[in-house]
Amino acid sequence: MLGLIIFGIIAMIAVIIVQLSKVSDLASAIKGEETSKLRANNRTAFWLVIFMVVFLVFCVVSALYYKNSMLGYGPHGAASSHGVELDGIFNTTLIITGIVFVITQILLFWFSYKYREDKNRKATFFAHSTQLELVWTGIPVIVMTYLVVKGLFVWNATMADVKPGENVIDIEATGYQFAWDIRYPGADGKIGTKNFRLIDLATNPLGQDWSDPKNIDDFMPTEIVLPVNQKVRVGINSKDVLHNFYLPHFRVKMDAVPGLPTYFVFTPTMTTDDYRQRLKDYPEYQVPADDTDPEGPQRWETFDYELACAELCGKGHYSMRKVVRIVSQEEYDLWLQQQSSYYLTNIRGTDVDPFRDDKLLGIEIEQRKEELTTQFTELMESDVESGVINLENVFFESGSSALDDVSQYELENVANLLKKYPNVNFELSGHTDSQGDESANLSLSQSRADQVASFLRGLGTSSDRMKAKGYGESAPVESNDTAEGRQANRRTELKIISK
Amino acid sequence: MAELITTYDTDVILADQGYDDHFHEHHHGDKYQTGFIHHYIFSMDHKIIARQFLITGIFWAIIGAAMSVIFRLQLGFPEESMAWIKPLLGKWIVLDEAGIGTLAPEFYYALVTMHGTILVFFVLTAGLSGTFSNLLIPLQIGARDMASPFLNMLSYWFFFTAGVIMFYSLFLSTGPFSGGWTAYPPLSALPQASTGSGTGMTLWLVSLTLFVVSVLLGGINYITTVLNLRTQGMTMWRMPLTIWAFFVTAILGLLSFPVLASGFFMLIMDRSLGTSFFLSDIFIEGAALDRVGGTPILYQHLFWFLGHPEVYIIILPAMGIASEVLSVHARKPIFGYKAMVLSILAIGFLSFIVWAHHMFMSGVNPFISNFFVIFTLIIAVPSAVKVFNWITTLWGGNIRLNSAMLFAIGFVSMFISGGLTGIFLGNSAIDIQLHDTYFVVAHFHIVMGIAAFFGMFAGIYHWYPKMFGRFMSETMGKIHFWGTLIGAYAIFWPMHYIGMAGVPRRYYSFDGFDAFRHFGDLNKFITIAAAIVFMLQLLFVLNFFYSIWKGKKMTNRNPWEATTLEWSTPIEGIHGNWPGKIPSVHRWAYDYNKDEREYVPQYIPMVEGEEAGDH
Repeated sequence: MLGLIIFGIIAMIAVIIVQLSKVSDLASAIKGEETSKLRANNRTAFWLVIFMVVFLVFCVVSALYYKNSMLGYGPHGAASSHGVELDGIFNTTLIITGIVFVITQILLFWFSYKYREDKNRKATFFAHSTQLELVWTGIPVIVMTYLVVKGLFVWNATMADVKPGENVIDIEATGYQFAWDIRYPGADGKIGTKNFRLIDLATNPLGQDWSDPKNIDDFMPTEIVLPVNQKVRVGINSKDVLHNFYLPHFRVKMDAVPGLPTYFVFTPTMTTDDYRQRLKDYPEYQVPADDTDPEGPQRWETFDYELACAELCGKGHYSMRKVVRIVSQEEYDLWLQQQSSYYLTNIRGTDVDPFRDDKLLGIEIEQRKEELTTQFTELMESDVESGVINLENVFFESGSSALDDVSQYELENVANLLKKYPNVNFELSGHTDSQGDESANLSLSQSRADQVASFLRGLGTSSDRMKAKGYGESAPVESNDTAEGRQANRRTELKIISK
Repeated sequence: MAELITTYDTDVILADQGYDDHFHEHHHGDKYQTGFIHHYIFSMDHKIIARQFLITGIFWAIIGAAMSVIFRLQLGFPEESMAWIKPLLGKWIVLDEAGIGTLAPEFYYALVTMHGTILVFFVLTAGLSGTFSNLLIPLQIGARDMASPFLNMLSYWFFFTAGVIMFYSLFLSTGPFSGGWTAYPPLSALPQASTGSGTGMTLWLVSLTLFVVSVLLGGINYITTVLNLRTQGMTMWRMPLTIWAFFVTAILGLLSFPVLASGFFMLIMDRSLGTSFFLSDIFIEGAALDRVGGTPILYQHLFWFLGHPEVYIIILPAMGIASEVLSVHARKPIFGYKAMVLSILAIGFLSFIVWAHHMFMSGVNPFISNFFVIFTLIIAVPSAVKVFNWITTLWGGNIRLNSAMLFAIGFVSMFISGGLTGIFLGNSAIDIQLHDTYFVVAHFHIVMGIAAFFGMFAGIYHWYPKMFGRFMSETMGKIHFWGTLIGAYAIFWPMHYIGMAGVPRRYYSFDGFDAFRHFGDLNKFITIAAAIVFMLQLLFVLNFFYSIWKGKKMTNRNPWEATTLEWSTPIEGIHGNWPGKIPSVHRWAYDYNKDEREYVPQYIPMVEGEEAGDH
C-alpha cells in the first residue's frame, strides 16, 4: 500500500513537471522565441558562475571539516616509517592537482559565462596556436616527471625486500574465508614450511609440515603484536581465494594470492599507546566510544590499529578484522614468553606427531631448563627453608632403575644449579604408583633414587649434600585410578632440606 | 557590422555540387526496409540500429542505477528496515522476528557486481559508442550506411542476447554472479567459494562472451566504414572529432576484447574442464583442490589488458561528442584540431601499455610497476592538452547554453575533477594506501562514469532532432542538468574523504572496524544524493520518451547551424540518408565565424582566395 502511494506521488510529480515544462516552453514561444531564449541564456550563464563559486567553496570547507578524520591529516599521520614518505607525496600531489583543479574549473565556468551568446558579438575565429599548445603540453610534462620521479623513489624503497642477515621480525599472515591466521616464527626466528595438502581444519589449520623442525616453535596468536621501531617482514598467503592484507594506519597493503606468496616490509614507529595519546588532543576523539554509554571510555581510549581485507573475497569480505598492537620492546619480550607453540600445545604426542617416539625435543629441553632455573631460583630467594621440586624430565626404563638417556639434560641442569648454590642440602625422593607389589615398589623407588644420586655425583655434586630415599607408593600426588594419575605419581623429586 | 551569412540552400547545393554514387538507381537497396519487422526490429539501417542500442542502453541504465540505489540504502541506512522492498527482492531480504528486513550480504555483492558489469559494458560501451558510432559514422562521413549493414544488425542482436542472458541470471535461486565486475578467480572460478559463482557466473561468462562478439562485429564495421566509405573530399584530416573518437574506440575494442575473451575461455575451462590456469594451492570447503600450477594473476593481466583500454573505449566517444557539441554551440572551431586528433591517438596507444596500474598491489613484481607508473602518468599529458583545448574553445565564443552544451561543459568539469585524482592513483607509492578504497570509487565514477554519461547526455540532447525529428524539452533538460551536476558531485566528492580515511570499497558494513565506522553521516548524505539523482534520471527518461511523440517538431533541417554532414540530410531520415547525390566535402568540420559567414558547412566549396580553416 505504502509502495502504491509512493508510486502515485512520484507519478504525480512527473506529470506536474511535464506540464510545467510544457507551459514554460510555450510561454517562451509566446513571449517571442529570440528574446526569451537570450534571457534564459543569460540566466543559465549566471547560474554557472554561482555554481562554480559554491562548488569551490564547498570543496575547500568540507575538506577542512573532515581533515582530522582522514589518514595523513590531523592525528592520523602514518604510524610507519615508509608511511610518512607516502603521506608526503600524497600532499605534494594534492597541492599541485588542487591548484590545477581550481584554475581550470574557474576558467571553464567563467568563460562559459563571459562568452555567453550575444547577438551583437561575433565569435572569434581562433583555431590553433602552436605556442599555446606547446606551453600546455610542456607544463604537464614537467610536473608529471617531477611526480613520477619522486613517487618511484618512495615506491622502490618501500617495496624492497629485506637483505640477507638484516635484523627483522618475520611473521606470516594467511587469509581465508573469512579471517586471518597469524603465525610467528618462535625462538628460532624462522617460519616453518607448510603445504596446503596437509591442512586439517581441526588439527592443522595452516598445513604446517611437522617434520620441519622450524615448525616446532611456531605459534599463532589471536592478535598481531609487534615491537615499535623494529623492521617487520610479513609473508602474505591465502588458503582459498584472493584476499588483501591491509593495515590502514601503517600504509601497508598487499594481495594474498593462493599459490603465490607475497610480502610487505615495514617498520612501525608508534606504539598503540602513543597513538592514543596523540588522538587524545583532538575534540573529535574526546567523545564516548559507544554512543549509548556516555560514561564509558572515550574514542581515543578504545583506539586500536586494525588489520582488514581489501580484496573482494566473498560474502564475509567486510568482517576480516584483527587487532594490531604495537608495544615497547620490553612488553613485546614479555608477550613472547607467554605464547605457546602450536605444535607443543596441540600436536605433541598425538598420532600426527612425527616425533611422538622421541621423549624430549630440543625445544622442550630448552624450555624445561628455563622453567627449572626459575623454579629453583625462586625457591632459593624466598624466605621458606625447604621446598620440593619435581624433576619432570627424569625418566627410567619401565620396571627398572636404569636411567633413560634423555634424563641427563634435567640432571645436568640440576647439577649446575646446585653448583650455583653450594650451601643447599637436599634429598632425592623416588616415588612409584600403586601398580604391583608394594615392597617391590618400595625397593624400586629406593634404587631409582640411588641411581639419580649416583648420576649427580658423577656430575660433581658432593655426596655430603644429598640423601637418596625411596618412598614406594606411599606418597601419591594424584589418584592411582587413572593412567594420568599414575603417571604423575611415578616421579623423582628434589626436596630442599636446608639452604 | 555586416550581416552574417546564416542560411544555405542545401538541396540546391547538393544537387549541384554533390557526388553521384548512383545509389538510388539500384532498387534492391530499399527492399529490406519494407514491413514493420524489417524496419523496426531486424533492421539493417544504421539509424534504427543506433536507436535500438540507445533504448536498450537506457533500459539497462535504469536497472543498473536502481541496483546502486538499493545497495546505497544498505550503506547509508544499515539500521533501517528494507522489508518494503521484499516484494521485489524476495528471499534476498531477510526478515527477523520483529519484521525488520535486512539485505543479505550475498545479494549486496551481487548488486555491486551487476551494477558494475551492466554500467561498464551494457550502458557505457554498447549504449554510448554503439549508439553514436552507428548514428554518426555514416552520416558525418557522407556514407549511405555502414560497410556491412548485416554485421551491424548482428552486432545489435548479439548484444541483445547477451542482455537477455544477463537479465535471466538476476532471477536464479543462487543469485547472479557476485564476485565483482572484474570477476577475479579463484572466487569466480570455484562454485564452492560463493553462491554467485555457480550458475550465476556461468551465465555471466556466456553473456559477456556474446557481448565480446557484438563489440567485434560492430568495431570491424566502424573501422571499415571510416576507412572506405568516406565521401568525396572527406580526407581523414577533415573528419569531425566525433568520427576520430569512434574510429580509435573501435580499434581499441578490436584489439583488446579478444584478449578478454581468451581470459574468459581459460576461466570457463577452469570452471568446467578441470584445468588450472588460474588455480593453485587452494584449500576450500574443507578439502584441498587437487589442481595446481596456475596463477590468479594471469587472469588479472588478461582482464586488465582489456579493462584499461575499456575505460578509454568508454571515455573517447564522450570526448568526441563533447568536442563537437562545444564547438557547435560556442560557434567557434574546436581549438587545436590536430592536437585533439593526436591526443586521441596517443591516449589510444598508451591505453595498451598501462594495464598493470590496476595491479600494483596484487603481487606482481614491484620492479615492473616502475614502467606502468611512467606510462600511466604520461597519459595525463594528452588528457591535459584536451582539457586546455576545450577551455580555449569556449574562450571568445558566442555560447548558447542549451541542455546539450551544458552537459558538454559539465563533461569537461567532471573530466578535470576525476582526471586529477588519477594522478594520485597512477603513482604506485600513493596507490599503496588508496588502492581499493573509496578514493578509487570516487575517481573512476567521476572520470569514466559521470563524465561519460555527461558526454552521452550532451550527444542525446544534441542529436535527438536527428534521431526523432523532434526536440527534447529544454526546461526538463535544464532541471536534469542542474540536478545531475550538483547531485553527481554530492555523491562522489565525499567519497574522496572516505577513501582518504582508508575505508575499503566493497564493504557490506563498516561497523566491525573502528577505523571505518565513523562516516555514517557522509554515507547517509551520499545515499540521499544518489536517490535524488536516480529520480532525476527518470525525469530524463520521461523527457526522452515523451518527446519522441510530443516534442517540439523540427522545422529546419539544420537547427543548430552546424557544419557537419548529418545536418544536410532531410528531417525525415530515409534509407540511404540523402535522397539524391551524397555531399562532396570541401573543407574541415569547424568553419564557424570564419570571414563573414556565421558557419560554413563542409559541403560548401571554397570561395576564391579562401584559406582552409585548419591553417
